[in-house]
Amino acid sequence: MTCSHSSPATSQRPWLISFSGVVKCYPGGQEALKGVSFSIGPGEFAFIAGHSGAGKSTLLKLIPAIERPSAGAILVNGQNVGSLKRHALPYLRRNLGLVFQDQKLLYDRSVYDNVMLPLAFGELGAREAAGRARAALEKVGLLAREKANPTQLSGGEQQRLAIARAVVNRPSVLIADEPTANLDADSAASILEIFAAFNQVGVTVLVATHDEALIGRFATLVLRLAKGSLVE
Amino acid sequence: MRTWLRQHRQAIAAAFGKLAAQKSAALLNALVIGIALSLPAGGYAVLFSLRQVTLGATLEPQLSVFLRAEAKRAEADALGARLKGDARVGEARFVSREQALKELQATEGLAEVVAALNRNPLPDAFVVRPKAAPGADGASLDALARDLRALPGVAHVQVDSAWARRLGALAGTARLAVALLAALLAFGLVAITFNTIRLQILTQRAEIEISKLIGATDAFIRRPFFYLGALQGLTGGLLALAILGGSLAALNVGVAELAASYGSGFRLTFLAPGDALAVVLFSAGLGWFGAYLSVSRYLLEIEPK
Ligand SMILES: Nc1ncnc2c1ncn2[C@@H]1O[C@H](COP(=O)(O)OP(=O)(O)O)[C@@H](O)[C@H]1O
Ligand SMILES: [Mg+2]
Repeated sequence: MTCSHSSPATSQRPWLISFSGVVKCYPGGQEALKGVSFSIGPGEFAFIAGHSGAGKSTLLKLIPAIERPSAGAILVNGQNVGSLKRHALPYLRRNLGLVFQDQKLLYDRSVYDNVMLPLAFGELGAREAAGRARAALEKVGLLAREKANPTQLSGGEQQRLAIARAVVNRPSVLIADEPTANLDADSAASILEIFAAFNQVGVTVLVATHDEALIGRFATLVLRLAKGSLVE
Repeated sequence: MRTWLRQHRQAIAAAFGKLAAQKSAALLNALVIGIALSLPAGGYAVLFSLRQVTLGATLEPQLSVFLRAEAKRAEADALGARLKGDARVGEARFVSREQALKELQATEGLAEVVAALNRNPLPDAFVVRPKAAPGADGASLDALARDLRALPGVAHVQVDSAWARRLGALAGTARLAVALLAALLAFGLVAITFNTIRLQILTQRAEIEISKLIGATDAFIRRPFFYLGALQGLTGGLLALAILGGSLAALNVGVAELAASYGSGFRLTFLAPGDALAVVLFSAGLGWFGAYLSVSRYLLEIEPK
């Protein structure tokens, strides 16, 4: 096997994301990214800013190979993910903590079971997995709600649940698409605090947002997208 | 290895969970499979029972050469020598009319009839077994019978095994029909499972798609559905055996009566243990296959290439 299955949060191996000349055309002629190049080093707290439709989500989806680039190279930890074979994708994705724009929670099961989902196909035994799930819920302040159904949670709590699920496998990189889009200022601030806490222990964080006000003191790198190109 | 075992255990548990969650639908599907499979299994069982009967009868062709009633013993001896001299004859056994009567007397229900006769109506006879020639067929047998009929002193020649050969040919056709039926229904079983699994997948679409997005392998996604398909097939196979057992028991009531009137103890017998096991395994295997096709198609749909 060419890929590691679990790497600790305090990664000894440098995780690096680098795009060079990346173009993404959606079927139908829509050019969402028009030759984008940048690098994100390990331990960085990077923001991707830009108006709606600028290509932020597209850029984020290229990293776990949910979308494939039309041209250019995308290196994640030395692997060219654009040409990664289908069977290698799961192992790439397990090392990336993904927080989706629409959260993608499962509403037919408890908060706890949602966090357990990524552990089902991991290598951990049942007891260790349970411990991990509780630790992740603890970190986002949801341990008390573990038996609740996600529908019973507030918007901010649902977002925190999505983060707990993303970090439960202790990924080296945390990627979040508009994690504060529908939240009030206080909830948004608490979400950012959580990202900052993970970043503190060495997790590379990559957040896409259309809200310039969000990019505060934590950012170590800001990439601005406009109509599919990096600006400034 | 332990991870592997754990994941399989979880997949089996998940499959049982899904079965339990949609009890009536799953049971109904298994019943449809069971009924469908009981048809070829039943055909097979009936043919197998009949085979026991036809095996008991001589399938090797045999000719009875009856002499004229007024034929003298010397004539019979001369005929015997002729027969033994014929290159096509493997064996010619003389059955005297006294011996034939004794055999008839020993036949159930005929003792009184024979006793009532005041004279022996049976002729002397030869039982002729043709040489087993490769490629020998009905035509060469008929030719031999024709030649023997022309010999002096011969009254009548009977090809004894014709009925057995006919039955054999009929059984061959029936076997082919059962095999065709089994193949068709196997196809149907795969289709049923394919559809069940597809519906099951649709109810779990969100879980599957999210799992794939966050790092589940295809194998992990497939596993519980494989078990579900196999389990449904297995249940269907067991139901088929139950249906078959019940039907044979019911039919045997009538069969026993009919057979007794012929002085026979014939019964339709259930499948041999090996065959019964084969039915169940075959059914489970087809269920597995249907699930495989269904999940594979779905996985390709959500993540092409
Ligand atoms: N699946 C898709 N198919 C076709 N066009 C798409 C698809 N996803 C996004 N686009 C288009 O690509 C452009 C960039 O979209 P997106 O990456 O979602 O931007 P952002 O996240 O910055 O709002 C938009 O014009 C959008 O309409
Ligand atoms: Mg977006």
